[in-house]
Amino acid sequence: MAPSATPESGNPATAAFYSALAEDDPAELYDNAPCAYLSMLPDGTVIKVNATFLTWTGYGQDAVFGRRFQDLLAPGDRIFYETHAAPLLLMQGSLREIAVAVTCPAGERLPVLLNAILKRDEAGQPLVIRAVMFDATERLAYERELLAAKHRAEESEARARVLAQTLQRSFLPPAIITVPGLDLGGAYRPAGDGSEVGGDFYDVFHLGPPDACGIVLGDVCGKGAGAAVVTALARYTVRAEALHVTTPSGILTGLHQALVAYYPDTFCTALFGLLEPVPGGHRLTAATGGHPLPLCRRADGSVETIGHPGSFLGMRKTARLNQFTAALSPGDTMILYTDGVTEGRRDEEFFGESGVAGVLGTAAAAGQTAQQIADSVVAAAVGFQDGVTRDDIAVVVVREPT
Amino acid sequence: MVVAVDQDVLVRNNVTVGGRADGPVMMFAHGFGCDQNMWRFVVPAFEDDYRTVLFDFVGAGGSDLSAYDPRRYATLDGYALDVVEVVRALDLRDVIFVGHSVSAMIGVLAASAEPSRFGALVLVAPSPCYIDDEGYTGGFTEEDIEGLLATLDSNYLGWSASMAPAIMGNPDRPQLGAELTASFCRTDPEIQKRFARATFLSDNRADLTRVKLPTLVMQCRADVIAPDCVGEYVHAQIPGSVLARLSASGHCPNLSAPEETVTAIAAFLEKYPGIGT
Repeated sequence: MAPSATPESGNPATAAFYSALAEDDPAELYDNAPCAYLSMLPDGTVIKVNATFLTWTGYGQDAVFGRRFQDLLAPGDRIFYETHAAPLLLMQGSLREIAVAVTCPAGERLPVLLNAILKRDEAGQPLVIRAVMFDATERLAYERELLAAKHRAEESEARARVLAQTLQRSFLPPAIITVPGLDLGGAYRPAGDGSEVGGDFYDVFHLGPPDACGIVLGDVCGKGAGAAVVTALARYTVRAEALHVTTPSGILTGLHQALVAYYPDTFCTALFGLLEPVPGGHRLTAATGGHPLPLCRRADGSVETIGHPGSFLGMRKTARLNQFTAALSPGDTMILYTDGVTEGRRDEEFFGESGVAGVLGTAAAAGQTAQQIADSVVAAAVGFQDGVTRDDIAVVVVREPT
Repeated sequence: MVVAVDQDVLVRNNVTVGGRADGPVMMFAHGFGCDQNMWRFVVPAFEDDYRTVLFDFVGAGGSDLSAYDPRRYATLDGYALDVVEVVRALDLRDVIFVGHSVSAMIGVLAASAEPSRFGALVLVAPSPCYIDDEGYTGGFTEEDIEGLLATLDSNYLGWSASMAPAIMGNPDRPQLGAELTASFCRTDPEIQKRFARATFLSDNRADLTRVKLPTLVMQCRADVIAPDCVGEYVHAQIPGSVLARLSASGHCPNLSAPEETVTAIAAFLEKYPGIGT
């Protein structure tokens, strides 16, 4: 709305308004605007600049008139201007917030954010480019920090992933050992994208009489660094206990006591089995601490659950561990797994023990090796969750060849 | 003969075929920075007489970004393979290849890889080597290219992964529709940086002398990316090539001076009436 008062009205506010208006006449506003103005021909030849541009850059008028704007840019920016900014200007008639730097007379660079419009004549031919530039020194410094932070974050994410995967590998044997008379296989799949260490571990090692072996499979609660420390402890405690303790329940009791002593707030489930050769096959002597019980597919195709569940290890004073034995005859296939397999979910449905039994039956009937069966079960459990695993998955398969 | 068209390649490279269906083929390739829309003021002039083929290199414009393989596109050979695969997918012969900026050299590489399919080369603002070398002025140093990468980094904010795919605007309208503006000259900044490296650190000078096709070299005035001496070098190295000096200035005559660009290409093609037929 136009002011109703006149300069002569005597009102001090009105007088100040008119005084300011006089100060802000278009020429003054152009020359001393808080941004740089620059007009150029379509090919970039500079034809007009305001005083702010000259003050900011330190150029005299004569030094810029007739030069092309691109030539005032650093060489890299010149390429960017010609390959990105100039085509955009010709195509859409305007540019917004292009970040480039003007090279000043002494060689220092003034980072600016550039907006521009292309004015065309009546015939539609490009006539003049009007550009406005804002000093972006501080914004650029801030953006550099942001970019550096982003790069650092990406690097540390990559490092964390490598660390997690390396750590995870240390919870599993590099390769399953060979035990005469047995076919053994193992498979593992981390939760999600594998960027976090899970708590699942397994191990197979020579133990007891010749051609016998110990198998341990466990799942420490939680994920990440905290779980990793306990998982490492669990795996090595089992190995150490197995050197002087002869029974599976005794070995798991040792693990339980170690957990209570060193990490009283955490717990794990585990299964330890000793496989010894006996006439006509192998004898399994095993104990479980809150762990899913092994499944065994017999040579006749029937599938059964083996053993008795015990209480989980850690946190409580004593662990209740039931030791049990089972016989493996030629053609039998036994699978040990963590709950990441059975608790794989699709909508409301779990992969479940029946899912494991189904894959085990099919794979064993197809004559797959222990390793192939382990891989098949992991693949099926992962596929059941559409490839997005919420928990890590570990599987060990023992096959008694025919 | 019935030829199976490889739809995957045509989708991957966002191939657009137009013009006279039974006409000789002109294929237009965009350079670093933008996409096939760089040719929208030039192509209509050839549509009555030629079959026109436009495409986006993988990583640019409306191409399938998921097909981007950093190893393949680490050098211009990977981009030349895009050209060859499009030409094969459409089973084109005697192609008049019109390449702008880095695509000029990509065309030289493609024609050398599959000579039987190409009939002529039109090199618009070409440069076989952007970096200065002993006895050769490319116009830039390696540090300059690092500066370009930094500028691409600081302009990445203008790009958003969620941008809608490009939709062609009305070709009668001189300026781009809002949809197209959103994607023109914008793509994944990491891909842009890799393309910048592949482009500006390339050295294909040795490939020029092997060109056997009728070739037009188009040189603009005051082109900071491909200066006069570079255009002259390309002309001198390609046996029998024709040099057309445009009065247009800058690096993108296809946008800034489409009429002059069309006239120069048409004059060249008139000299070789047999090409493409």
